[in-house]
Amino acid sequence: MSFSLSVTVNGVARTVVLPDPRVTLLDLLRERLDLTGTKKGCDRGQCGACTVIVDGRRINSCLALAVSYDGADILTIEGLAHGDALHPIQAAFIAHDGFQCGFCTPGQIMSAIGLIQEGQAGDDPERVREGMSGNLCRCGAYAGITEAVLDAQQKLAERDRKEAA
Amino acid sequence: MNSFDYVRPATIQEAVAAASEPGAAYLAGGTNLLDLMKGGISRPRRLVDVGRLPGLDRIETLPGGDMRIGALVRNSDLAHDLEFARRFPAVAEALLSGASAQLRNTATVGGNLLQRTRCPYFYDPASACNKREPGAGCDAHGGDTRLHAILGWSDCCIATNPSDFCVPLVALDAVVEIEGRVGPRDVPLTSFHRLPGEAPERDSVLEPGELIVAVRLPAEAAGFAPHARYLKVRERTSYAFALVSAAAALRMEGATIAEARIALGGVAMKPWRARSAEAVLAGAAPDRAAFGRAAEAALADATPSGANAFKIELAKRIVTRALTLAAAGTPERVPALPASPFAVSSGVLLDA
Repeated sequence: MSFSLSVTVNGVARTVVLPDPRVTLLDLLRERLDLTGTKKGCDRGQCGACTVIVDGRRINSCLALAVSYDGADILTIEGLAHGDALHPIQAAFIAHDGFQCGFCTPGQIMSAIGLIQEGQAGDDPERVREGMSGNLCRCGAYAGITEAVLDAQQKLAERDRKEAA
Repeated sequence: MNSFDYVRPATIQEAVAAASEPGAAYLAGGTNLLDLMKGGISRPRRLVDVGRLPGLDRIETLPGGDMRIGALVRNSDLAHDLEFARRFPAVAEALLSGASAQLRNTATVGGNLLQRTRCPYFYDPASACNKREPGAGCDAHGGDTRLHAILGWSDCCIATNPSDFCVPLVALDAVVEIEGRVGPRDVPLTSFHRLPGEAPERDSVLEPGELIVAVRLPAEAAGFAPHARYLKVRERTSYAFALVSAAAALRMEGATIAEARIALGGVAMKPWRARSAEAVLAGAAPDRAAFGRAAEAALADATPSGANAFKIELAKRIVTRALTLAAAGTPERVPALPASPFAVSSGVLLDA
């Protein structure tokens, strides 16, 4: 039995026919839509490398069956930059050395987007660390990641204030 | 992962009918079930996706003041619901101390009640496990028992229930609303989870096809809001299951405890309500001596299930400290490190 699935990925409507309901949202992105920016780390919801934004919320795409997400609006790391113009969070990760090998970085950045949108952490480093605890970095770039998130949070808040003015 | 049929019913009645077939399992957030399926621990032949059933995603205050939480409400939405967190702050703190932000955005209220144990022998198909395979034996006995039970365990099974959410819920007399083939029924959360006994394969009293549709908190439970905390000791500060946790809630009348509620997590296969400890505190002054007596009462029946006798002493200290925190008063906002013993607040005995 096959399943037809319509999703919006980074603003583009996509329709996929899945031959099997076992396909995860992560495998849909990587294997069927060739969006390999989202990484497969543990594939069991423990590392956060597969984090994407679905309908405005950060989730682990490895623990989501694609068929359950018919109609969803998905944002991945590929949807952030406008050409060479990086998203403020991407720029902040570079400015603050928020990575070494880079494998966890797409998940860290998508998680940071979710964290900032949730609006619970503000400029408190302890709340940022707690809110990012679902994203592991085996290189141990946590200090830079926290600085990057705090910096990006401030820049995005300033941008919002200017746009509102 | 085994292959399975996937169905998405449109109504609760359709869901119950579809899930009453042998080998069927409900799928909601999937954060526990898909993990178990990837590991070959759960092998359902049919998934009944209830994630879009209408009407189950609401948080509502009922006319009498009870709060009703739909089974599909996400953990994060409940924890950040201002009215809910104001009335039941220890529940919000427990929710925010569990899993990660990503998982809390997906995991549901109903699913949290049904999450399976994190016993490593249950998770390892090469180990003997009576819960996974009835009659197979239990490799946890004599194994690594740090995460294992000190209350209510049996020779068949020494696993623990990993839920944080359920610990303050059981302390506050939450009720589980269930739909099934023979109609709806309510089960108090204290009676919802089963101790292992001779049949550890059954975690709860749910019959085949029965579906959790809501959890209800009684209006009077909000009377504990000014003095309600959850405290959780784990192997790392965040994103880890409890070694031992405790919910403590006090209803004060002047300088005296009118009523206390205490429950423990990580110590048994169910969230462990400590009624004898509550009785010790009724009418007592909220001081260290009384909290110590309550802690002794809470763990009076505890016995190690392996090399985990330290958890008995640890649990006594966590009960004492959770009560001390509760007596000091619920903070305005859930602390930056929810339920963490490393979150320093005034009035806390760090050596308790």
